[in-house]
Amino acid sequence: MEGMNIVVCVKQIPDPATPGALDGSTNALKRDGKLILDESDAYGVEMALQLAAANGGGDVNIVSMAPNGEMSGMRTALAMGAAKGVLISDPALAGSDALTTAKVLAAAIQKMGSADLIIAATESSDGYTGTVPEQMAEVLGLPSVTFAKKLTITGSSLKADRQTEEGYDEVECPLPAVISVTAGVVEPRYPSFKGIMAAKSKPIDTFTAADLGVTPTGWAGAGQKVVAVTQAEARQAGEVIEDDGNAFNKIVSFLENLKVI
Amino acid sequence: MAINSIWVFAQTAGGAPTTGTLELLTKARSLSSNVSAFIGGDASAVAGALGEYGATKVYATGDLAGKLPGPAVSAAMKAVIDGGDSPSVIMFPQNYEGRDVMARLSVKLNRTVLTNNTDIADSADGVVATTPIFGGNTLVNTAFTGEGPHLVSFRPKSFAAESASGAAASVVAASVPDTGAAGAARVTAVHVEESTGPKLDEANIVVSGGRGLGEAGSYSLVEDLAKLLKGAPGASRAIVDAGWVPYSYQVGQTGKVVKPAVYIAAGISGATQHMVGMKGSKNIIAINKDKEAPIFGVADLGIVGDVHKVLPQLIELLKSRG
Repeated sequence: MEGMNIVVCVKQIPDPATPGALDGSTNALKRDGKLILDESDAYGVEMALQLAAANGGGDVNIVSMAPNGEMSGMRTALAMGAAKGVLISDPALAGSDALTTAKVLAAAIQKMGSADLIIAATESSDGYTGTVPEQMAEVLGLPSVTFAKKLTITGSSLKADRQTEEGYDEVECPLPAVISVTAGVVEPRYPSFKGIMAAKSKPIDTFTAADLGVTPTGWAGAGQKVVAVTQAEARQAGEVIEDDGNAFNKIVSFLENLKVI
Repeated sequence: MAINSIWVFAQTAGGAPTTGTLELLTKARSLSSNVSAFIGGDASAVAGALGEYGATKVYATGDLAGKLPGPAVSAAMKAVIDGGDSPSVIMFPQNYEGRDVMARLSVKLNRTVLTNNTDIADSADGVVATTPIFGGNTLVNTAFTGEGPHLVSFRPKSFAAESASGAAASVVAASVPDTGAAGAARVTAVHVEESTGPKLDEANIVVSGGRGLGEAGSYSLVEDLAKLLKGAPGASRAIVDAGWVPYSYQVGQTGKVVKPAVYIAAGISGATQHMVGMKGSKNIIAINKDKEAPIFGVADLGIVGDVHKVLPQLIELLKSRG
């Protein structure tokens, strides 16, 4: 194939290192601080860059949806080597469910034009609904291979090893297609200083949901509503001891008391 | 009553329904007397077991001939719904096939999905699903506000499977319509990763290793201890991502959910991702160098120490006892 056109879906999320919190009025996850590139998406970006390089070059572009104009996470993907970004930013999208997210991303990908391959992570690290890639494929009328842990392109089709409960399946799929990749599928590169500088001037086009012809549904149309938030019964910590060289005896006594040895 | 009838997306392994399927059927029959299973494949061998756990009917697509379940089964479901049998709720297991079928069907029906749940109720608010967030410390109840069928998925072991001694389910053919380009992917080979000893999610004792093991070679300590205790070895996502052990060993949000009598976490700090998969264990033993590690917050016995010292001593002592 002469140059592939690959689109990677990326999500910008609150830094997982800071504790999550719910917004008191909407019961949605707070996403008001600085957003970073979801670590799960770095694998998709890396996979796309490697596939493009191995198949005659071509463009790797990224698409993201955020209720505010946040771009810092997208800049990380551009610094890794993606060419340009498309951000769908619209306050009316706040509270959207996974189905609306998939419709919006699919419309943006169609607007970007003629993608051979669309890559996403299997699930985001903050909401982890885990259905958007397959929903997007259905909206676009494309085949999909989810939970791919190895991916090669030959001509106009791809071969993937797909994770299963008992092992993995080898799957063949014609292009264009949607793929979701598991973490660890490739080793994401760290953006170089040069890459970071270059990313600052790479284009990010911004659209609203209306620009894409998608009616934003947000809170009202999500088809779901949080009715209660409660604290689960916390598990109590037990005894914690420093190993003085004999802690293994303590473990054996513990197991004996439980009558498992 | 918001719930009139329920479908359960049923799966099989080795010619029998999976435990997850039986768990969902058990819960379904407590919510409705009209429960059907829907299977991507042939149902003749499992109609008895599905009926025993509460399904009165099983829709079966017949052999998928290499088609992926996502497009194929969702299309078959849509055809039955269009034909007039539209359930109030469709329950899916939170796994690879369950997520794919649910996602495709949600687009076909234009319905939202609620995933990662651990409970469901038919209440004054309508059909309400419960999902734990922030590592299980907070429970969120979410109601479906639109029209059914409501699409909802559940984590493994959310319910206990109990036989209802029901008669065999009647098998109804639900053929797969033409899925066009969307259904063009084909499975060309199936690989089963062999493992000896008890299955990770069924073992009475689980010994899991994490980044604290330092290197892939040290994972043998985890395997040796698991074997001596007649348990199963598991792993944190960190060392699966690092390629030390296969994905099938992973315990956590994106891996297996385990609830053994004893869970031993060796060199695992206790990221939320991991805790979700093991904090339901009856007893937890943690060994970690860092006394501030979150894993000690849920451990019944915590050892602040080096796994490279504690595990070999433990293995030696257990071996000497024979």
